[in-house]
Formats: sequence, C-alpha cells, structure tokens
Amino acid sequence: MTSRFGVVTLAAAIAAALAAASASAETIKVGVILTYSGPAASLGDQIDKGMSLYIKEHGHDLPQGVSLELIRRDDTGLNPATAKRLAQELITRDHVNFLAGLIWSPNALAIAPLSAEAKVPTISSNAAAVNLTRLSPYVARVSFTLWQECLPFGKWAATKGGFKKVYIAVSDFAPGHEAADAFSKGFKDAGGEIVDSVAIPVKDPDFVPYLQRVKDAKPDAVFVFVPSGKQATALMKAYSDLNMKAAGIKIIGSQDMVPDEELPNMGDEPLGVITVGTYSNAATRPANKAYVAAWKREYGDKTPPGFMSVGGWDAMAAIFSAIKATGGHPDPDKVMAALAGWKNPDSPRGEIMIDPETRDIVQHIYIRRVEKVGGHLANIEFETLPMTKDPWKELNPPKN
Amino acid sequence: MRADAVGGAAPQAVEALARAHRLKPWELAPWLAAIAAYFLFPSYLPLGAQILIAILFTLSIDLILGYAGIVTLGQSAFFGAGAYTAGLLAAHGWGEPISGLAAAAAVAGLLGLASGAVILRTRGLSLLMLTLVIAEMLQEAANKAGDITGGADGLQGMEVWPLLGHFEFGLFGRTAYVYCLVVLFLLWLVARRIVHSPFGRSLTGIRENEARMHAIGSPVFRRRLVIYAFAAALSGIAGALLAETTQFVGLDSLGFERSGSALIMLIIGGVGRLYGPFIGVPLYMVAQDRFAQADPVYWDFWIGLLLIIVVVFARGGLLGLAERLLRRRGRKP
Repeated sequence: MTSRFGVVTLAAAIAAALAAASASAETIKVGVILTYSGPAASLGDQIDKGMSLYIKEHGHDLPQGVSLELIRRDDTGLNPATAKRLAQELITRDHVNFLAGLIWSPNALAIAPLSAEAKVPTISSNAAAVNLTRLSPYVARVSFTLWQECLPFGKWAATKGGFKKVYIAVSDFAPGHEAADAFSKGFKDAGGEIVDSVAIPVKDPDFVPYLQRVKDAKPDAVFVFVPSGKQATALMKAYSDLNMKAAGIKIIGSQDMVPDEELPNMGDEPLGVITVGTYSNAATRPANKAYVAAWKREYGDKTPPGFMSVGGWDAMAAIFSAIKATGGHPDPDKVMAALAGWKNPDSPRGEIMIDPETRDIVQHIYIRRVEKVGGHLANIEFETLPMTKDPWKELNPPKN
Repeated sequence: MRADAVGGAAPQAVEALARAHRLKPWELAPWLAAIAAYFLFPSYLPLGAQILIAILFTLSIDLILGYAGIVTLGQSAFFGAGAYTAGLLAAHGWGEPISGLAAAAAVAGLLGLASGAVILRTRGLSLLMLTLVIAEMLQEAANKAGDITGGADGLQGMEVWPLLGHFEFGLFGRTAYVYCLVVLFLLWLVARRIVHSPFGRSLTGIRENEARMHAIGSPVFRRRLVIYAFAAALSGIAGALLAETTQFVGLDSLGFERSGSALIMLIIGGVGRLYGPFIGVPLYMVAQDRFAQADPVYWDFWIGLLLIIVVVFARGGLLGLAERLLRRRGRKP
C-alpha cells in the first residue's frame, strides 16, 4: 500500500464520515432534573450514576452521528416550584428533547403539565405519584407506583405473611398516602385489620414520637413508607432506639425503607425485615450480575447500586430505544409511540414493559427479606409476582 | 414638606429634603434595563419574571426594615398568604389575574394588620422571633390543611385566565414578564411616594429615635402598624404574582428560606435605600442561576463565597459601596 493510496483512503473516509455526520448529525439533549444538593443528594447521585453507566456501556448503540448531551439541574429536594422553573428553562432555553430524572412526586406533578404543553417526552426515574402519567400524554414512567407494590403486598401480609393487626406510618405527601391506601386495601380485603394510621412530616422528620405511638398500640407490625435514602436510615435507627423488635413489633414496608445503598449504614437492625420492591442488587439474574459488576468497575465498592440507580439506568434504556426507533430525530409523538409497549427483557430488575395504555411500567414485584450474605446485609427476593400492572389505574378508570 | 415650614434649618438640607421626592433621571435606569432585558434575553424571561417578583417582595422588606426599623424574618407569611389566595381562587374557578392580585393584597394586608397589632408591641429579638413564629405557624397550618392546600404536594389544578382576556401566560414567560414589570413599577411608584411623604419621614424618625417621636406627639405604634400592613399587602401581591405566573403554589412560598434569602438580597443591595432590591436581587438570582448550572452539586458553596465577599468588602451593600467610592472621589452622591 503506497502512502499516496493511504492518504486518499483517509481523505475518502473523512469525507464519508463528514457526509454521514452532516446528514444525521444531531445532538439530542436530555434535561435531567434531580436532587444534587442537600439532605437527599444521595438519591440524585444514585440515579445520575445509573444514567451515566448506561451511556458508558451502551453509548456506541446510538445511530451514527447522533450524540447525547445530558443537561443536569438541581431541584434541591422536595421543591415543586423550583423543579417547575428548571423544567421550563430546560424547555425554553436549552430546547431539550427529553426530560428525565424526577425523584420527588410533587416536583414531577408540577412539571407534567409543562411536558404536555411543550410536548417534551418526560421519563420518571423515580417519582411514583400514581396519577402522574394521567397529567400528560408525554410522561412515561420506568420506576414503579406504590399501588403496584403495596396492594399485592397488603394481600400477601394478611395471608402468607401471617400478620393480623398492622399500624400504618407514612410520610405526609402523595406517595405516602398512596402507599397507605394501597396497603390498607390489599390488607383489609384479605381479612387483616388496620389498627390506626399516622402521617409523618416529609421534610426533616423526627421518627421517634411517631413510632412511640405505634409501639403503644401494640400491633403485629408497622407498615412504613418514607422517601428513600438517609430518611430510611434515620427511621431504622428510631425503630432500633425504641426496642420495637424486642416488643414484638415487626417493621414492613416498601423498598424505600431498606434501600441497598443504605443497608451498610444500618447495622444489623434490619435483619429479617420484609419489604416489597422492584429491585435488589443481591438478585442472581445474569442481567443484574452484569449491572452490579459494571457498577463496581466504574464506581468502586463504596456505594452499591440501589433501586433508584436502576430507575436511572432504565430511563436511559428507554430514551436510547426511542432515539433508535426514531432514527435519531426524536419527534415527540413518534417517541411516545415508540415508548408505548416498549420492552426491556434485560433490565437489572428483570423484564420490564411500558404499558401502551397508561405509559406506566409493568414489571415483576418482589417480596424480599433482609438477610446476611457473606458478612453484608442484602435484600433477598423470595417471592415474585410476575409482570404486575399498576392496579390503581384499573380501579380508577379515567373519567371521560 | 415645604421649605418654609422648617424655619431655621440649613437651607441646603431644606433644599435636599424638598427635592427628594422628585424623580431623577438615573431612577429610570433599572426600568430601562428591565425593558432592554426583555428584548436581549428572550429565553430568560421566566427567570426574569421571578427576579421581578423577588424585587417586589424584597422591596416590601426594605420598607419595614430599612425605613421603619422593624426587623423581620417572617415576611414569607404574607407572600404565602397572597400566593395561596390567588392560587385557591384560580383552582376554584376564578382565574382572573388582576382581581386575584387585589384579593391577595387584601388577605395579606389584613393578616399583616391583625398579626402586627399583636407583635409590633414588642421590640428587637422578641419581635424577630414572633415574625418567624407567625410564618412557621402559617406554614404548618397549610401543611395540615392538605385537603384545601394540597399540603406538601402543592396546590394542583390552578387555571389562570389570560391577562385582560387576551394574553395567555405561556411557556416562554413573555406575558408573565411584562405583567410583573408593570405591577412592580406601579407599586414602586406608590412605595416611593410613601417613603418621601411626611408619613415616610416620620417612619425614619421612629427608626432613628423613637423616644423623640413620642415626645413630638407622633402616633408611633399606629404608624408602625400601617407600614407593616402595607408591606404585608405588597408581599401578598408578590406571592400572587408568583402563583399566577407559575400556576403553582407550594409550601415553600411560606417558608423561612424565602424570607431569609430576601433579607440576604436586600443586604447585598443595600438596606433603606429603596433601590437595594433592584441591585441585590438580580445579582443574587443571576449568580445562583449561573452557579447552579455550572456546578449542580456544589453551587451552594459558590453562593456562600459570593456572600462573604460582599459582606466583608461592601458594608452597607453594593449601593453603600458605590456611595463611599463616589464620596472618596470628592463628588456628592
């Protein structure tokens, strides 16, 4: 091969690459609204890492010439007004093609009308408020709803779980009330008795007085929902300080209470705690093993991935697949059409699908117990409710 | 105040007092800047509207803190009361924006009158604590009354009608910006008028030497109460503007953080000068916007650094600094 030939081929390759680039060169912008500062910053960190990891592992899957830009914004916590302004700016200033992230339901509920007005496909990585996907035809969810988890969990608790009397203690905001309503319905329909219920302030709560009230009522168990992360650890500490385990009161709830990434901070207190959830990093599915291994390669051992991170990962998986389906030109309506019925058999949490009717996620719901594996606490899945839909949407059909 | 009423005072001082109420050309500068911003930064109008709202809110604090010497950390009580008034009206079928502002002003003003009648009998730290308590109590009440206010989830389902029946509050914030600018301008004219009126002068007198004002027969308590209620109404209008332009009200509208950061913005700009908010608020909010975009994780740190620099090097706020620099160059400000 002569050097001249080399130069010619190189020039031809560059020209071809440029032509291809100019034909489909497009930067797709994703506005990511998460909590990056303040007491809940660990949640934003989990989701952000999940998203970044997906992009790192799958970046080469994008159509040629298409690149992805994440524009990150800090909503500072449960702060709907701020989140709404950030979304508005991302839409009008940065002209994002997608919105993603969304930890707090109230923030997401404030953003949803904007996504409808501006036709920006919006993927919730965590926000679980059940009516979120009803507020805008451009919202899809890859996390879960509390009804999806807690209604079957209530049924399970009253039957196989063997609980008779349960006290409900939940955070005083939309997802807390939904968890309480769903669990209560499932539990009572299956013959259980709800002793009483209490709502705990969602910002900076002190759990001790509330759990003391629970302790005085002597139920078999207390059903809890709190926002995940550091609040979960504070709750577990209050449970331990009040010696509730010794008093024979079990603590049960959704996965937000024993997130995988917080388990190392909780001591041995959570041993035996039963929760309902969508993801545990201790699961032995091959897709999960690969995910956890990739996570450790990228971020080390210090903070293991939890269910929030998988919300970030799957949000990116959904966005990637929508970009591919629209050939790199993500027209909002085509994106939503591509997301309707979208399936990912290889999510770390098992198979997932977006329900074409409701744009909400359909997935396996796991009942798990905290056990010690190799010296570390882990959420061990012991029962699977396969491909569960959100039951609230069936119980409350849209009014038209 | 007429010059001949002051008798033997130095003629220069009399002249200065008599001329203080006349509009000077440089007073148009902030308004020209605001109009220019509309054309120069069309994609920043939502932020611009929020800056205008924060200026109005901070102006209300300047009136009571800077002129009447009433220290407060609870002005957000009135901001939130106004926001929820306009929000609840719009969520229950009355989305006309201008009457929403009037209703918000009335509710917040009455609340200021009622709470002021009780707490303005105290001074200094106790007063500071009481203002804080009122705001905290209101916030907790709004949190508990979740059926009415939506609690921590915020008020959902506001429907604000187009302004004057024509201009929709769209996504790009054009209507919102112009609306806020016009409202701010009108209320600023009123505030300016008050500050330069005999009533306003007597407030400054109360701030500087209350005993002497009692001695000359000035109704001190009543004057403090009137300005407190007026500032409350201004805050209420600011809250209503935020509710109407963002079509959302959350518990944070009543929160301490709002009062605290308004105080910081006022201190950055300069207290008791009527123009402090016009300097401090844009500076703080634009800096916050830039920092938060450049560094979503540690932006709080950079804001803190900026504050330390201002407090250390610009006592009396940026306006105070400007005044000192002008004096040093031998010119009168």
